Parts: sequence; structure tokens; C-alpha cells
Amino acid sequence: MTKTINLTLKIWRQSGPGSKGRLETYIANTISTDMSFLEMLDVVNEQLTLDGKEPIAFDYDCREGICGQCGCVVNGRPHGPENGTTLCQLHMRHFSDGDTIFVEPFRARAFKIVKDLVIDRSPLDKIIQAGGYISASTGGCQDANAILIPQDTAEKAMDAAACIGCGACVAACPNASAMLFVSAKVSHLVLLPQGRPEAAQRVVSMLKTMDELCFGNCSNERECEAECPKEISIINIARMNREYIKAGIASTVQ
Amino acid sequence: MQLNANIPGGPLAQKWDRHRFELKLVNPANKRKFNIIVVGTGLAGGSAAASLAELGYNVKSFCIQDTPRRAHSIAAQGGINAAKNYQNEGDSIWRLFYDTVKGGDFRAREANVYRLAQISNEIIDQCVAQGVPFARDYGGLLANRSFGGAQVSRTFYARGQTGQQLLLGAYSALMRQVAQGRVTMFPRREMLDIVVIDGQARGIIVRNLITGETERHAADAVVMCTGGYGNVFFLSTNAMASNVTAAYRAHKKGALFANPCFTQIHPTCIPVHGTYQSKLTLMSESLRNDGRVWVPLKPGDDRRPGDIPEDERDYYLENKYPSFGNLVPRDVASRNSKEQCDKSKGVGETHLAVYLDFKDAIQRDGRDVIEKKYGNLFQMYEKITAENPYETPMMIYPAVHYTMGGLWVDYNLMSSVPGLFVLGEANFSDHGANRLGASALMQGLADGYFVIPYTIGGYLAGTPLKPVNTDHYEFKDADTAVNEMTRKLLDINGSRTVDDFHRELGMIMWDYCGMARNNDGLAKARGMIQKLREKFWRDVTIPGQGVDFNQSLERAGRVADFLEFAELMILDALERQESCGGHFNEGFQTDENEALRDDDNFCHVSAWEHRGAGEEPVMHKEPLVFENVKLTQRSYK
Repeated sequence: MTKTINLTLKIWRQSGPGSKGRLETYIANTISTDMSFLEMLDVVNEQLTLDGKEPIAFDYDCREGICGQCGCVVNGRPHGPENGTTLCQLHMRHFSDGDTIFVEPFRARAFKIVKDLVIDRSPLDKIIQAGGYISASTGGCQDANAILIPQDTAEKAMDAAACIGCGACVAACPNASAMLFVSAKVSHLVLLPQGRPEAAQRVVSMLKTMDELCFGNCSNERECEAECPKEISIINIARMNREYIKAGIASTVQ
Repeated sequence: MQLNANIPGGPLAQKWDRHRFELKLVNPANKRKFNIIVVGTGLAGGSAAASLAELGYNVKSFCIQDTPRRAHSIAAQGGINAAKNYQNEGDSIWRLFYDTVKGGDFRAREANVYRLAQISNEIIDQCVAQGVPFARDYGGLLANRSFGGAQVSRTFYARGQTGQQLLLGAYSALMRQVAQGRVTMFPRREMLDIVVIDGQARGIIVRNLITGETERHAADAVVMCTGGYGNVFFLSTNAMASNVTAAYRAHKKGALFANPCFTQIHPTCIPVHGTYQSKLTLMSESLRNDGRVWVPLKPGDDRRPGDIPEDERDYYLENKYPSFGNLVPRDVASRNSKEQCDKSKGVGETHLAVYLDFKDAIQRDGRDVIEKKYGNLFQMYEKITAENPYETPMMIYPAVHYTMGGLWVDYNLMSSVPGLFVLGEANFSDHGANRLGASALMQGLADGYFVIPYTIGGYLAGTPLKPVNTDHYEFKDADTAVNEMTRKLLDINGSRTVDDFHRELGMIMWDYCGMARNNDGLAKARGMIQKLREKFWRDVTIPGQGVDFNQSLERAGRVADFLEFAELMILDALERQESCGGHFNEGFQTDENEALRDDDNFCHVSAWEHRGAGEEPVMHKEPLVFENVKLTQRSYK
């Protein structure tokens, strides 16, 4: 049978990017442990609406852990206490009756707060624009099976490509660095033969853009890897660093 | 109104080549003089915006999410079909075409489907060139798996995240064009109207979801790739923001809406478990490659699955359909699940579920092999249900997943409003009355990468277009109307929330216009929807303001449109007095309870015209002509 729990929530409210925010207290009673965290927030919002108050703004879309739109810091951890889980896939059975839960937005110099728990992650798009692609315009490609890719290589590329761009790695990092995000894209593309021709330009340009957008640098804290909902490994950062050095030594890219 | 599908003449296999040759071209130097708006950044919108920009057009791309990488195409799990015949099983363009037409229960256009099958191969080539990490065999060649409705393995996949990887491919191509200045991105914008000037689509009105202000954007053509309307059922596998608003408002401005009652109920989803539930989660159809579907033989058998011996289980799909077994098409699998539950053989707490069991596959292939194929899906299942599918069979039940209906388009993907093109799930074109698995990704990318780049050129080169700007009175009027509606919604100040109304609408649609329908139920539902709509406009409450980030207001606008659109679905279902694919009217079935078509009277597309508030919509028929396939009773036995 379904169990229910009672919770106290401390949630960050902020009306806009320029205004001052604060933690507000809400009571959430008879929460089913089968609910997801976002469904719990839905229940709180329905009650706020009926009480004539403004509901808590938070981002979400697919609610199945793949779109990357949701994400808050729950009790100090991006996407909450479960490993390898987005906030929408975090279920209330991982909390206990009587718990107090702190909910805050992802915080980083590069991410502006839009409202309450909603942030602006467009800097991540700008990093991709700096080279997170293979320049293959539509049309005129050779047969897909003309490029042989060993299964193991394809699997490694897929491990890196699984990044959902949620920004949890940035929120987790004490330097608010986007190194895990950048390295996941660099690794995905550099592991594949199709991605090699632009490898040097890509890594240099993406890292330069990351710096310009006020993300911090990597100091091997490994917090990003611990909080990544897709469990992307920091091996990718090592691979990116190798590519960066290679680009400096063996290529003409500035 | 005369509906002309503009299907090119000549033999089926040569129509597309011939048409591409006959289409007028825009000189490369002139392309930069044309502005194109693309709404939506899923597989269709992302690939269209990128490809059009590569050709040299000026593109403005709009999406509802915070970045174009999140559209709901990203959630597609299983794969994408192509007629490569890499597995040497005798697959061909013709076979993919035939399977798709048959799977759609002979309610799609032959010419469109054939083109789709032709293009399917180029899509795989394109995606590999972009770096999509498809699954590979040990030798480095591409791997394939099987999907429902086909007896060959033609589905390409990237673990259980194929949609994500294809979308990120299109997104990366789009970002490359943004960097080159050929595309301007407008994220967190919701399209709330199209602007038609002198009978041509010349722009859109959007609401900036951060500031709450409306914006006007003018162009020479508008390409809508705004997805399907499955969320009319409230609970579906669609993302929360998926909605009918853009399509429905275009419909109100003159675009015909085709086959709105064709909705797909996907057989393998995690069952509903509580009233607070906000959405349903799909378990990929690919699981039916290795999972066996069963229920207890005896009605009301409440034993744990492990306690039910082999001879007291009913593997009903394998027994009923020996040649396709667990891989029958989605509509057939869904209806059979419902039938078993109606006979009180449903399992689990709610008795609205059947088992999908991997025990035999794990014994045969080993846990490692199964984990490699479906690891992330098993993990997702366990997260949601707290049960381990390696040990206990999964419980699944059908859920609303995809909508085959959509805005009517001709062979060029242009709607009945000149200059308004509709791509992907938002149009009605290729799947007939039922879509086969792994075909949505194929269609979205076919439309975006390989159809619209040519057909839009034909339109722009062959159509006189007067210069317009956003001060035109049509822009002003549309803008005013959008703001007027916002004000009206905010002024109601009633006592029920938007979600509360949405949930009630969803229940009506699921009960009366879901997996099985009948004339009495549909007529009853129509009255219920009208009443609910009236209540909504009297009693909804929306907190906050119009010129602010206001998610309740966003949802209110969408639910207001669903409340009107739902009635059109009912009308369409009532008008189609036959059963076909996903539209199953209980009054029309074979002795074996399969959908019974009436090809003499209903072998057509029903395209509905909006006649204004309070007026009955008018249905126009586009007859479907089959010259290359023989219409048969679908059989998967």
C-alpha cells in the first residue's frame, strides 16, 4: 500500500534576476512516497494557487530524466540525494516523515536566476556554438557503414554523449566550472573518426568560450562526476586536457 | 474548398525525383533575401532550421524550452527505421513503404509514405556523418533491432536514447548555424498566433515566457514543427509543455486539421498509480523484442507473478498472433491489453496492467546481454516503481503516446494556408491511422533534412510576395487578440486550478475517445466537454500577472485550446463510422475483434475547416487512392 509522509520545505523565492531572494517555509502534508519530487512541488503549488498565492516557479518538461530542463539543489545536492538521478526521477520514498528539505536553484556566476528556482543556462548553448559539432551540412554524405567504428569506441562516445546539459556539474563545482559538460561533448566527438578533423579547433574554441562566459576552472574536486545525473565520468576531462595539449603542440590552431 | 494534395504524376518510385526536378529553385545568391520562421526545435524543427540556414536562408528559430536541445523528440527511446537492408533479410524501400502503409491501416497517402521510405537511408548517412553514436557490432558496422509491425530488423538505435542522440545531432547542426549568424534563436517563446496577410502566412505572434510580453515576427514563410496533441488526455507520455496551441490557432486562421481522432495509445508504459500523477512514462517498444507479454490464465488471480506456474499463464499475443507474436503493431497490442484487463485478468494493485517478462531472455542470453540492450530502461523502471525487472516481470499498460492526426498538408508539406508549412508530428501526413515504432524519428528528420529544403524553395521562387512589416494591421490585430485573451483568463478569478480542469478533460477523453470508442459515448463526451469548457471560462483561477514569468498562465492558454480541440476530435471520431488503426469504434469490428475498415465509404482523409466560434466545423474529404498496394484486412497472425 502507498505510504504518505509529512514534510517541511524551505524553498528559495526570488521574483526576478535583479531582486533579492529568500527562503520561505511551506508545509507539505500527506505526500505519497510514490510521487516524484516535482509532483510533490505540483501538490504544493496547487494549494498555493487555491490560497490565492503565487506558485513556486520551477523548470521541468519531459519528467522522465532525459530533457535536462529540471534541476534544483535539494539539501545541498544538485538533483537531490540519489546518485544518477534527475530531480524529476527522484521519488519521495527516499525521504522520511518529518524531514525538512531545502530547495534552491542551481547557483553559478554564469547562470542568472530568472525566477524562484528557474535559471538561465543559455551560456551552455554558447559553448556548443563555439565548436560542439561536426561540420557536416545536410546532404552528400557517404554510406553510413563506410565508416567502421569499433564497438568499444562507439560505446565510449555514447557514454560521453549521454550528457543532458542540465548544468548540475556547474552547480556542484566549487569553482562553478563547466569542464565536465565541455569535456563530454569534446570526448563524444573526438572519439569518433568523423570528429577528428576539427578536434584541435573544437577543444581550443570551446574552452576559450567557457572561460569568457565566467565559468571557473577545474581543480579536480570531482563533485561534478558525483552529482551528474547521467554519471558522466571525469575521465572525459582528462581526455579533453590531452586534446588541449595536443592542439597546442601539434596543430596550427591558436 | 478544393483540396489538392499536389501529388506528382508518374510511377510511384519516380514521383519524388521527378518532383524535385520540376520544383523551381531559388538562386543561391537570392536565398539570403528570404526570411523563414521555424517554430519548434524537435527533430523536424531543428533539422529544418539548420538545413534551411545551410542553404543560405535567414532563419528565425523559436522554442518553448530554455534551449533548443530539450524538445520532446529527445525522449524517443527505441530507434529509427531505414530500409538499408544491412542485415540481408530482404528489406527494401518497397518493403518499408508497404509495412508503413499497412501498419497505418491504409489511411495514409501512398506517395508520401514512399518518399519517406526512400529518404530513410539518407537520414542514417547524415546522422552518422554528424557523429550520432549509433550502436555497432563488434566489426564496427551498424547494429539493428526489430520493432513492431515488421518482420525485418531495420531499426537503428543508440541504446535506449536514440531520440536524444538524433536530436543532439540536429541541435549541433543548428548551433553551428547560429554561430555563423544564419539562424537567430528565440528560446522560451510560445507561438500564440500566425499572421495571415493577403491569404499568405507572413509571421507569428509569440509570448516571451520570461517577460510575459508579446512579440511580432514577420517572414516570407512560416514552418511549424510544434509536435502532437497527446496532452489533451492530460496523462500521456508527452512532455509537460507539449500542446496543441500553435496548431490549433493556425487552424483557427484557416489551416485545415486532418484526422484529429487518430491517436496512438502505446502498449508498453508504466501503469497509472495515483491521482497526483503528472505524466506517464513509456517503456520502449524495443523491449518487446525480448520480453514476453502475459497475464494469469484465471481471472482475478492475485498471486505474485513468480508463484504462477507456466501452465497457468496466458501469453496472449504469442497465442493469438503466432507469426508476429509480441511484435504486433502498437494499436493491436494495446487493445489486447485492455481486453485482458476487461476480462479481470489485469495484474498489480489497480488490475490495470499486464506483465512483460524477461525471464526467458535472461536465461537464454544471460543478464549481461539484456543489460547491454536495455540497461537504462530497466534502471528507469526501477527508479519509478522500486521493483527490479531483472527479477520480477515489469508491469505495463497502454498510454497515450503519439497523434497521427495533425494539420493537413499537401505533398510539399504546405498547409491549406499558402506559406504555412507543417512538419513532423504536427502534420498528419505519413502514418495513417497508426504509426509503427521507430517511424516518428524517421518522419521528423525526413521532413526537416530532406523535404522542406526543396519544397519551400519551390514556393518562394514561384510566389509573388509583397514586402510586409510588423506594423501591418494584421499583426496589430493578432497581437491585440492574444493580449486580450490573456487579460480575459487572468480576470476570471474563479475557484479551480488549471490542472484540475485539464485532469477532468483528460478523463473524459480517455474514457470516451481512447482505446475503444462508441457512438453513444462519443455523443455523451461532446456534451461533457462543452459543459466543462463553459465552467473553465467561469471558474478557473490563475495567480500572478500577464507580464511576468507565469507558468499557470502558460498552462491556462493551452488548456483553453485543448477544451475546444477535444470537441473536434470527438466530431471526427463520430464522423468516421468505421474502425481503423488507432481509431477503434466498437460498432465496427471483425469476428476476431480486430478493427473493421469500410473502404467504400471512409477511404479518405477528413480535413476539418474552422468556421468561427459557435459554428459547426466543416469536413472536407481528400480521397485516398491506392494504385500500388492492395487494401486488405490487416492480419498479424
